Amino acid sequence: MSAWLLAAWYDLRDLSGISREITEWVASWGPEWLASAVSGAIGAIGILAVIGPTLMILIWTERKVIARLQVRYGPNRVGPRGLLQPVADAVKLILKEELVPRAADKWLFFLPPVLVFIPALLVWGVLPFGPHMQVADLNVGVLFLLAVSGTNVLAVFIAGWASNNKYALFGAMRVIAMTISYEIAMVLALLTVVFLTGTMSINGIVLWQQQEDLILIVLLPMTALTFLLGATAELNRTPMDIAEAESEIVAGYHTEYSGMRFGLFYAVELANTLVMSAFMATFFLGGWWLWGLDAWVPSWIILLVKTSLVYFVFIWLRGTLPRLRIDQLMTFCWKLLVPAGLLFVAIAAVERTLLLEYAWDRTIALPVMAVINAAVTVAVIGAYARVTGAGAHRAPAGPRMARGRLGGLRAARQLAQAPSGSD
Amino acid sequence: MLEQYSHLAILLVFAVIFPSIPLVASWAMHQLRVRPRIPNVVKEDTYECGVETEGPTWVQFNFRYYLIALVFVLFDVEVVFLFPLAVALDDVLTFGLVAGLIFIGVLALGLVYEWKKRALEWR
Repeated sequence: MSAWLLAAWYDLRDLSGISREITEWVASWGPEWLASAVSGAIGAIGILAVIGPTLMILIWTERKVIARLQVRYGPNRVGPRGLLQPVADAVKLILKEELVPRAADKWLFFLPPVLVFIPALLVWGVLPFGPHMQVADLNVGVLFLLAVSGTNVLAVFIAGWASNNKYALFGAMRVIAMTISYEIAMVLALLTVVFLTGTMSINGIVLWQQQEDLILIVLLPMTALTFLLGATAELNRTPMDIAEAESEIVAGYHTEYSGMRFGLFYAVELANTLVMSAFMATFFLGGWWLWGLDAWVPSWIILLVKTSLVYFVFIWLRGTLPRLRIDQLMTFCWKLLVPAGLLFVAIAAVERTLLLEYAWDRTIALPVMAVINAAVTVAVIGAYARVTGAGAHRAPAGPRMARGRLGGLRAARQLAQAPSGSD
Repeated sequence: MLEQYSHLAILLVFAVIFPSIPLVASWAMHQLRVRPRIPNVVKEDTYECGVETEGPTWVQFNFRYYLIALVFVLFDVEVVFLFPLAVALDDVLTFGLVAGLIFIGVLALGLVYEWKKRALEWR
């Protein structure tokens, strides 16, 4: 039976209990393949039912949070506190004229908006929402994640190529150069996790964290950082959004797209970010598990909270940092993340073997390893800073941001109310 | 195991349908004559900074993209070889670890070589 079916849940609040009853009802009169297909369809509908509304909320959240970080108001006109802004956006995009450039490759031009969405939805299938709450618990889950999320690049390149626009093609080429560079860093990060946990099943990685009573970000800080930055690059988000740098190449690969097709490109960015937050939470923050709290609170709520935390970090990065140049990004990836990734793969392999060969007390051995890894992380970042000449001496002595009365929305309001020249 | 993949196939079908819904809605709005469709020569032009685009778009590209792609293929293929070892470490233990470390060492050596050859510089 399907993994989605087996959910042993103790609570009416849990959704998988309902799904199990439906599937068992189908199995009572129908053939087995139908029951299996029904359980798969329930999983798929469940995932889409979560993602669709979440995307609408995220559009508002992202704009609002970034606005607050940048001392603006953000959307506040449509509905209470601008909450209906995403609906207004969707209506506007659906009713907008869709332009197809004369020079574009007509058939290829229509494909990417749909193609780009598929990996963003498909990888949810291997994400465990609970002990047995998973559409497909593959024993090669990590490889599936890497393979499927990697196909995103193809859709983007089709978009850039088919537009027959120089800006679009440049954007697409930049996406490919950056994505494949950071993909190496991400693969190495996940390889480190697999080396330490000894399993490629994503649920297995969560179970390992549960068994060792330890979240992996404590044990592998550098790897978690690599994954976070690699994800940021793969999502083309600021500070790594050179693919759609407005000041250089208009909108990058979706320059020629308008109307709802542009809307899909916009939505897929959020969907991908949500996916990466969820996987970051699963790999490094313990997923659905939280020191026994998962026995009292539905596991998917725990995962949701952790995902939101990671998502906030993504928004925070976007709202705070300026865009980097492509050579800076490449240097950062190939000269820090990849060598450090290789180093940590070796370290994780050695640690795993030590744990297997010697019957050490794990409650002592793992914290010791965590301290060693943290020390190596600091040393590696320090060495990188020294080698590339970005030493601490170049950093400004103190923050140059406006502070105190001049910082924040409240100060802005006060300034607006105060008579001019008083400050 | 095959059943798991069949569930992913079902999810794939839904993943194709889901992004198609707004596109179909937009198309339906066009059929209902709510959404405008008034093409003209200027609208259908390739977007450029105000002037007409010059020359073909699909031109030769800078060599450095090619170099990055080469390095990527090397690393990706080699790293994929390490995944089986990572899962099988329980069986091969120290012997496998030493072999794996030598492999990682060779990989690192390749990276150092590329670094020295300045293949990693974006110039």
